[in-house]
Amino acid sequence: MDILLQQIINGLTTGSVYAIVALGYTMVYGVIQLINFAHGEVVMIGAMVAFSVIMAVVGMGLPLPPVVIVLGGVLAAIPVCMAIGYLLERVAYRPLRHAPRLAPLITAIGMSIVLQHLALLIWGRDPRAFPQIMENTSHAIGGAAISSVQIAIILLSVAMMAGLTWFVYRTKFGIAIRATAEDVRVAALMGVDANRVIAVTFVIAAALGAVAGVMVGTYYGIAHYTMGFILGLKAFSAAVLGGIGNLAGAMLGGILLGLVEALGAGYIGEFTDLCQWPVARDLLAERCMADGHVVLFGSNYQDVFAFLVLILVLVFRPSGLLGERVSERA
Amino acid sequence: MNFSVKALSLSVAAALLMMGCGKNEEAPKPAATAPVAPAATVVKIGHVGPLTGGIAHLGKDNENGARLAAEEANAAGIRIGGAPVTFEVIGEDDQGDPKVGNTVAQKLVDAKVVGVVGHLNSGVSIPASAIYNQAGIPMISGSSTNPALTEQGFAGVFRVVGRDDQQGPAVANYLVATYQPKTVAVIDDATAYGEGLANEVEKTLKAAGVTVLPREKGTDKTADWKAILTKIKGKQPDAVFYGGMDATGGPLLKQARELKLAAVFSFGDGACTDKMAELAGAAAEGLICSQAGIPVQAAGKSFTDAYKAKFGIDPILYAPFTYDSTKLLIAAMQKADSADPAKYLPALKAIDFTGASGTIRFDEKGDRKDAEMTIFTLKDAKITPLAIIKGGKSLTLDEYAALVAPPAAK
Amino acid sequence: MNRKTIGFILVALALLALPLVLTQVGTAWVRIANLAILFVFLSLGLNIVVGMAGLLDLGYIAFYAVGAYVWALLASPHFGLHLPFWVILPVGALCACVAGAVLGAPTLRLRGDYLAIVTLGFGEIVRIFMNNLSAPFNITNGPKGITRIDGFSVGGLDFRATDTFLGIDFTGPAKYYYVLLLLLLGVIIVNLRLQKSRIGRAWVAIREDEVAAKAAGINTRNVKLLAFAMGASFGGIAGGMFAAMQGFVSPESFILHESIMVLAMVVLGGMGNVWGVIAGALLLSFVPEFLRYTVEPVQKALFGHLLVEPEVLRMLIFGAALVLTMRFRPAGLWPEARHQKEMGEMKEADA
Repeated sequence: MDILLQQIINGLTTGSVYAIVALGYTMVYGVIQLINFAHGEVVMIGAMVAFSVIMAVVGMGLPLPPVVIVLGGVLAAIPVCMAIGYLLERVAYRPLRHAPRLAPLITAIGMSIVLQHLALLIWGRDPRAFPQIMENTSHAIGGAAISSVQIAIILLSVAMMAGLTWFVYRTKFGIAIRATAEDVRVAALMGVDANRVIAVTFVIAAALGAVAGVMVGTYYGIAHYTMGFILGLKAFSAAVLGGIGNLAGAMLGGILLGLVEALGAGYIGEFTDLCQWPVARDLLAERCMADGHVVLFGSNYQDVFAFLVLILVLVFRPSGLLGERVSERA
Repeated sequence: MNFSVKALSLSVAAALLMMGCGKNEEAPKPAATAPVAPAATVVKIGHVGPLTGGIAHLGKDNENGARLAAEEANAAGIRIGGAPVTFEVIGEDDQGDPKVGNTVAQKLVDAKVVGVVGHLNSGVSIPASAIYNQAGIPMISGSSTNPALTEQGFAGVFRVVGRDDQQGPAVANYLVATYQPKTVAVIDDATAYGEGLANEVEKTLKAAGVTVLPREKGTDKTADWKAILTKIKGKQPDAVFYGGMDATGGPLLKQARELKLAAVFSFGDGACTDKMAELAGAAAEGLICSQAGIPVQAAGKSFTDAYKAKFGIDPILYAPFTYDSTKLLIAAMQKADSADPAKYLPALKAIDFTGASGTIRFDEKGDRKDAEMTIFTLKDAKITPLAIIKGGKSLTLDEYAALVAPPAAK
Repeated sequence: MNRKTIGFILVALALLALPLVLTQVGTAWVRIANLAILFVFLSLGLNIVVGMAGLLDLGYIAFYAVGAYVWALLASPHFGLHLPFWVILPVGALCACVAGAVLGAPTLRLRGDYLAIVTLGFGEIVRIFMNNLSAPFNITNGPKGITRIDGFSVGGLDFRATDTFLGIDFTGPAKYYYVLLLLLLGVIIVNLRLQKSRIGRAWVAIREDEVAAKAAGINTRNVKLLAFAMGASFGGIAGGMFAAMQGFVSPESFILHESIMVLAMVVLGGMGNVWGVIAGALLLSFVPEFLRYTVEPVQKALFGHLLVEPEVLRMLIFGAALVLTMRFRPAGLWPEARHQKEMGEMKEADA
C-alpha cells in the first residue's frame, strides 16, 4: 500500500512538471494552431540560467536563505526565457504565418538545434549539477515519503494553473487571447492587435517554461543541454492527451501521463512475470527455478506503456480528453 | 543523327574520363603506407569519440588525453627511421552514432592516419573496427569495454581498458565478499555498455548464490528514477548495482536516498567519477564503484598534472586510457622504427609498456593482459581507491605499489 | 534524339562516374553519397504519406528500422540464417508494409497534430522494442545490436571487397553506390507514376479536402491505408540496404531525430514534388558533411585558431540554414507546381 502511495506521489510530481511545460505548448497552440517545437529548449535554458545564477549567488557566500536564492534563479530565468520566446515568435513563426503549416515546424526545429548548441557553447557538455542548497526534508504520509521540493512543485504548478486560468478568462488581455484563438481576422476587426497577442502568448509560455526548467533542475539536481528534448516530447504528449489548446486539458494530461509512467514502471513488470502464469511456468520451469522470475515487460517499457495509453485515448477520443471536437476539416 | 553522334562522342569522352580516374587511383595507393622521408614527417593519428550529444564531455576528455600524448611525444623529439617526426592528432566526432562512426572511420582512412585511438562507445567501435581492419590500420580503444569488440578476429583491434566480463565479476565479487548481500537489484541504462556490464554483474552474483531481482532499466537520458527505485524499495534489496554513466547514475543515487532506500550502491566505470559527488551530493558518500585499470592516483601523477596544466581541468574518466593508447602507438612505431602500420603492428602486439593506467601488454585477441581492476569508494567528494584486483587477488594500494615497484624502478 | 535525351544521358553518365570521382577525394565521400541515396529513398517514401496524402508522420524511421532488422535477422550469425537478398528485401518490404498498415488502421480518424504525436509514439515504441527484446528471450540482441551482417552479394560478387574491372578499382562503397542507384531509379519511376495515377490523385484529393474526397466517391479509408503501407515499404527496402551496407544495426540508428530529419528533407525540398524531395534529401545529407570538412580550416584561416569547435558550429549553421530556407522559401526549395499549399487547410489569418 505504501509503495502504491509512493508511486502516486512520484507520478504527481513528475506530472506537475509535465503539466507546466504542457501549458506552454497548449497556450501557443490555442492561439496559432501550431506546435512550438522549440519549447523544450526554452525550458532547458531556463534551468541553465537559474543554475548559473544560483551557483554565482552560492559562490558569493551571502547569508541568504536557500529559498531566496532559488527564487533569485527563477527571477533571472524568467526574463531570459521570455526574450527567447519572443525571439522564437519573431524569427520562426511570424514570418511564416501564412506559409504552409509544416514550414514553421521546420523553422522551429532549426531554432531548437540552434538554441541547444548555443547552450552547449555557454554551459558546456558536462551535465551541470544544481547545488544542493535546499534542505530537502522528507515528510511521512501513510508510509510513503514526500519531500519539501515535491510539495513545492505540486503546489506551485496548481498555483500557476490557477493564475493562468484567471489571466485568460478574467482579464482584458485574456479575452483578447481567446478572441485571437477563436478567429484571428475577426479579432483584428474587433480592435485586437493580433501580432501583439500572439507575441505575448509566446512570452507567457516561455515564462512558464522557465519556471518548469528550475523545477526540474532543483528536483533532479541536474541540468544538461540536451534535457529539453525529452521533456518537451513528454509534455507535448501530455498536452495532446488532454486535448491540445485546452488549459485544463494540459494540466490533466500532464498529471495523467506522470501517473501512467510511474505506475507503468512500478507494476507492468509484476503483471508480466511469466512465472506466475501456470502454462508459461511449466514451459519455463528451469528458468523460473533458477531466477525466480521471467519478466516479459519490465520498467524498460515505461515509455511504451505511456505512448500506448496516449494512442488508445486518441483512438477513442480523437481530440484528446478535454479537447473540443474539431470540425471535419481541422 | 547529328545529335546522337554528339551524345555518343560525349559518352565516349566521359568513359575515357572514368578510365582516367581509374588509373589515377593507382598512383596514390603506395602512399597509403606512410613514407619515411628524410625530412620532418607528419605522422597522423586519428582520435574518434562523441563530441556532441549526451556524453560529449567524455568524448572531449578522451580526445584531450590523445592530444596530450601526441604533444609530449613531439616535445620529446622522436625520430623514426632516422628522421624527426611530428605527430598530429586528427580529432573526429562520431556523435556516439554507429552510422556517423562508420563515415568518420572512412574519413580517417582517407586521411591516411597510421593508427586510430577510439571510439568511445562499444556500439560505435564494433562496426567501425571492420573499416579500420579492411584498411589495415590498427585501432586501440581506450574505453570500449564490450567483449564483442575483440572477439571479431581482427588482427589490428586492441583495447587498453578491461572488458565487461572482467570488470563485472570484479565489482560483483567485491560486493559479495564485503557486504554478503542476500538480495541485489540490478539496474541499467539500456545501452550496449550499461546492459553488457549489468549482465556480467548479474551472472557473477547469481553464481555466488545471491538472489537478483528482475532487471530494471532506464535510458541514458533518464532523470527520473523514482518509480523504479520505489518498486525496488518494496523488495528491500541489500545492494543495488547500476550499469550506466554518471549523468544518470548521480540522480539515481540522489533519488534513492531521498526515498530512504538504505542499500549499498555500486556502479561501473561509467559512473566512477568525482562528478557523482557533485550530482548526488551527500548521498554519494560511501558508494562503491569499479574502474578498469589501476587508479590514476597509483600511476599517473605526472599525467594528471600535465593534463590539468594543459586543459585547465582534471581528467574525467578515460583520458588516461586514450593517453596511453596514443603513447602505445607511438612506442610501437619507435620500436619498429617505422610508421607503416604493417611494419609496426607486430611491435604493438608484443609491446610491454607502462603508462598512466599501469602496465600494458596485449593477449592474442588484443585485450589487455592481466588487466587490473580497481574498486573505489566515494569519500569526501572524491573517488578513493579501496582495492586493486589483480589476477583474482584483492590488493590494497600500498600492496600493489610494493608489487609493481621493481619494474617501475627500472 | 532531342536535347532532353542528351540531358538524361549526361546526367546518367555523371551519376555513373560520380563514385569514381569521389573516390579520388576520399572513399568517405562515397559512403556519404550512399547514405544520401538512402535518405533520398526514405524521403520519397515519406513524401507519399506526408507530401501526397497529407498525413503528418513523425515515426517514419520505424519502417526503416523494420527493414534493417529483417535483413539483420535473416542474414547474420545471430540466428545463423544467411538468406539471399532477393528473399530478404521483399520480406523486409512486406514487414514494413504490414507495420505501416498496423500504424495506419487505428489512426484513420486522427488529424494533423494528433496524428503526428501518435505516429511519433509508434516510432518510439518500435525502437524501444528493438532495444529491449534481448531479454527474457533474445530476439534483437538489444542495445548491442546485431553485428557481422552479410553484405549484399549477387552470384559470388561480394559488395564489400574491392574489385578491379577494366583496370578500375571499385571499392566496396562504390559498388553499393551502383546497387543503390539502380534501386533509386526504380523508386523514382514508381513515384512519378504514382503521382499521375488514380491513387495519386486520390491522395491529393484527401490532402486537399478529405470530406470532399469522400463525397466524390473515394474510399478514404483504403486510400489512406495504402499511403501508409506504400510509404512504409520504401522505408523497409532502404532499411535492408542500410543493414547490408553497414554490416551492423542497433536501435541507436533509428531514433526520433532521424524521423525529424527525413521530414525536414521532405518539407525543405518541397512536399509533393518528387524532384524537390530528392533535392531536399541530398542537400540535408551533404550540407552537414560538407561543413564537417570545411568548418575547421575556414576558422583557422580567418582567425588563426579555433574560435568555436567545428562540431558545434556545424550544428549551429545547420539549424540556421533550416530557419533561413523556410523563411524565404516557405513552400520548400522546389515546391509542387500544382499545389503550393499543402496538408490541412491553410489558416487564412488576416486578409
